[in-house]
Parts: sequence; structure tokens; C-alpha cells
Amino acid sequence: MTTKLTNAQIAWRAAQDIADGAYVNLGIGFPEMVARFQPPGRQAVFHTENGVLGFGEAPPAGEEDWDLINAGKKAITLKPGAAFFHHADSFAMVRGGHLDVAILGAYQVAQNGDLANWSTGPRGVPAVGGAMDLVHGAKRVAVVTDHVTKDGKPKLVESCTLPLTGVGSVTRIYTSLAVVDVQDGHFVLREKLPAISLDELQAVTGARLHLDGAAGDLIVPEL
Amino acid sequence: MDKRIPTLADAVVGIPDGATVMIGGFGGSGAPVELIHALIDRYLATGSPRNLTVINNNAGNGHVGIAAMIEQGMVGKMVCSFPRSADPRVFTEKYLAGEIELELVPQGTLAERIRAGGAGIPAFYTPTSYGTDLARGKPVAEFDGRPYVQERWLKADFALIKAELGDHYGNLTYRMAARNFSPLMAMAAARTVAQVTRAVAPGGIDPEHVVTPGIFVSGIVEVANPAQEEALNRADAVYPPARPQEVQA
Repeated sequence: MTTKLTNAQIAWRAAQDIADGAYVNLGIGFPEMVARFQPPGRQAVFHTENGVLGFGEAPPAGEEDWDLINAGKKAITLKPGAAFFHHADSFAMVRGGHLDVAILGAYQVAQNGDLANWSTGPRGVPAVGGAMDLVHGAKRVAVVTDHVTKDGKPKLVESCTLPLTGVGSVTRIYTSLAVVDVQDGHFVLREKLPAISLDELQAVTGARLHLDGAAGDLIVPEL
Repeated sequence: MDKRIPTLADAVVGIPDGATVMIGGFGGSGAPVELIHALIDRYLATGSPRNLTVINNNAGNGHVGIAAMIEQGMVGKMVCSFPRSADPRVFTEKYLAGEIELELVPQGTLAERIRAGGAGIPAFYTPTSYGTDLARGKPVAEFDGRPYVQERWLKADFALIKAELGDHYGNLTYRMAARNFSPLMAMAAARTVAQVTRAVAPGGIDPEHVVTPGIFVSGIVEVANPAQEEALNRADAVYPPARPQEVQA
């Protein structure tokens, strides 16, 4: 039995909650994978900070047009009905509550919805990009992440110890072990892998997991 | 009225030491490579302009464009959201050596500060950065029960941008996502020069398609077949190119 989801499986689970016609921003890196798993019959419209709505997958190698990139500076293609706009309009879409969902990566998420995902500390060159804007304004701010860090420490915590990206903004977390909502200042377990017990899950979670009825089974296809 | 400028050298002649210069582009998309290189040529020939404050989303990539300006020592301060790139070594080394100042601004706040500068709005409140290190020292106020951070406008002495079509009145269109910050910067700078891929007579752009109205543009200079910064970097280009004797040395 599955004891840990792959990144693709976490992305698949997050994609199941995106409605047909939703306007969606996917963070650079792992969250971009969510676009690959849209359920049949549903089509989301993807937004990228540098001024495109309605972009599609990467073009074949050699066919890149470097005026047509996403926020990660990777080449993209356009879907029919795409639109270009300048940066102030782009972030009006973000802050103005026009996006239905933003899906971001995380170093830490706190039980009150605080997110840390831009800096691991004072060393080196700081860089924030659009991270601090994206946590505000989308109707739903979700996180996709491994449940623990590479050295096994919880990423779901009572309060973040790393520099914050935003305060009280995350509403749902899709992890390698569970689906957890942030509600009234605490974590509410919605789904967990059937192969792990509640105690095992609590042991790798840095804050108390609350139940709102029984947690569902987190069942994801092999991908 | 004719805002055409005959050469790239003429286009960058008025930028003094210590000026604040907005430069369009997001990574290589929309980067006005030829205007930047003309400014570097002027610096190499005359020692000016130097100690510039440059406003751009990034802080250069590789050894061309803004990275080449930094490498030549023309830039005293960068205002940007993301001073990292595929090859950020030029900025990184100067920053870690304390030779260049950095003002880090969240990307949407950077865009809105520039827009505000062009729109005559000295300050505004945004939810972005509330409760984070980047809000330190900034006034906070509550509106309808939620906290917001006060941010100030950004203005510049010059903006250097890249556009697709430009007519003699300075009306501009852009190519795909190369638009990004350029329409905002055109508004926020006292003097904006656009390199355009094709200069057309008035009437050559459908008024329905004008993105930046000419009132925001001081001059246009035609650069047909402009270089694309990403393509230059993939070819390991360096600006200025090494002279033959330096290659042999």
C-alpha cells in the first residue's frame, strides 16, 4: 500500500479540486505540475504573473519564442482565447480577488494559515518575486508540499520559524500524506493515506490535527 | 511632431551620472538589449553614466544587458523583485562584496509603485508583505477590518523600453509577454525612449491597438531584428564582445 505520494500524485489530488473555468495561478516549480492533471471535461484558465492568461504547455525544443514565457522564465504556448496584459493589470488580477485559486509551494505552513515559502534565512541574495502578492487575493490559496522536510522535520507547524511570505492566507494543504484544511486557527484533517494511522500522521505533523467527522481516504492513482 | 531618434547613441545621450533608470523586461522578454548596450558603449567611451539606480524585475542574467551594465560598474543600486536568474553571478558577486545596493520589492508592489509614479499617486496601501520582513518600517493601516502596508510611488529620470511597433508620435504596441513592465515605466519616467522593431508613420497603428499612447513616450529609435537576451545567453554572449587581441592573450 502507498505510504507516501509522489509529487505528481500530490499535484493530481490538488487538480481534482479545480473547477471547470477556474482562473488559476500555479507557483513556479512543483505547483506547475498541477496543470498536467486537469480532470477530463474541465478546463482551467492559467494565469502567469508576467502578463498572460490562457497559456498551455511548453513548446517542443527548438520552437521556443522567448517573448512568450511564464513567471519561471520558461517558454510556453498559447491556448485559443489567451490574453496579454501589463504587470499592473496582472497583479490587479492577483490582489483584486479575481483568481479562483493560487497553488503554491511551501517551506512551512502554520496552523493559522501563515506561509513561509520565499526565504530560508539571511544568507545569500534575497529574492521574493511574486510570492508575497500571490498569497493575497485569490479566493482559495492552497499549498502542495511534502509532509516533512528532507531531513524529516514537520512542514505543518504551530507557527513558522522561517521568514513569512504572508499571514493567515493558506486555506488548504495537499501533502504527500494528507489533505489538511486551515480553519479557525487550526489544522483540520480531511483525508489521509489509508496505509498510515492517525497517530503516525500526528507524529510527523508539528501542530495538533483536528477532526471534523472522520477523515476520508486519500486515494490517488499510480501516475 | 516627430519623435524618431536617428541612432541608438543619440537615444541614450542625455542620461547623467546618478540617474534613476527604469529598464523594461521580465528576464529576457522585453529587455531593450540594444539600448542597454548603447548606454554601455557610451560609458566605455566617456566614463559616464555611472552610479545609476536601475529599476527592473531582475538583476541581469549572464554577461549581456543589465548584467553587463553591472559588470562594467555602472550601477550603484538595483530596485527589483527577483535578483536571481539562470546565471546571476555578476550581480551576486557585487552584492556579496558590498559593491551594489539592493532594494527588494515584491513583484506586484514593484509594478504598482511604478504605475502610481506615472499616475500621480504618491502612496497607496496593499495587503502584500503585511506581517513580513519586507514591511518593516512601513506604515500599516486597517481598512474594513484588514491590515494593509503603505507603499510609495516609484519614478525615474529615464525609462528604456522595447516595443514592437512605434509611430512617429510615440504610440506603441508590444509583442506577446514582452509587454510586462514597459507600459508602466513609460508613464513613470520623465523621459522614455523606446526601441521599436518597426517605426511606422502616424496612422500605421490602429488606434484600437495602441497599448502605450505617445504622450508617455519621448522618443523612438528603430532597431529591426532586435537581439533576444535569452538567445544571447544561450549562445554564451558577452558584452562588449572580446576584441580579437584579447582573445589571443
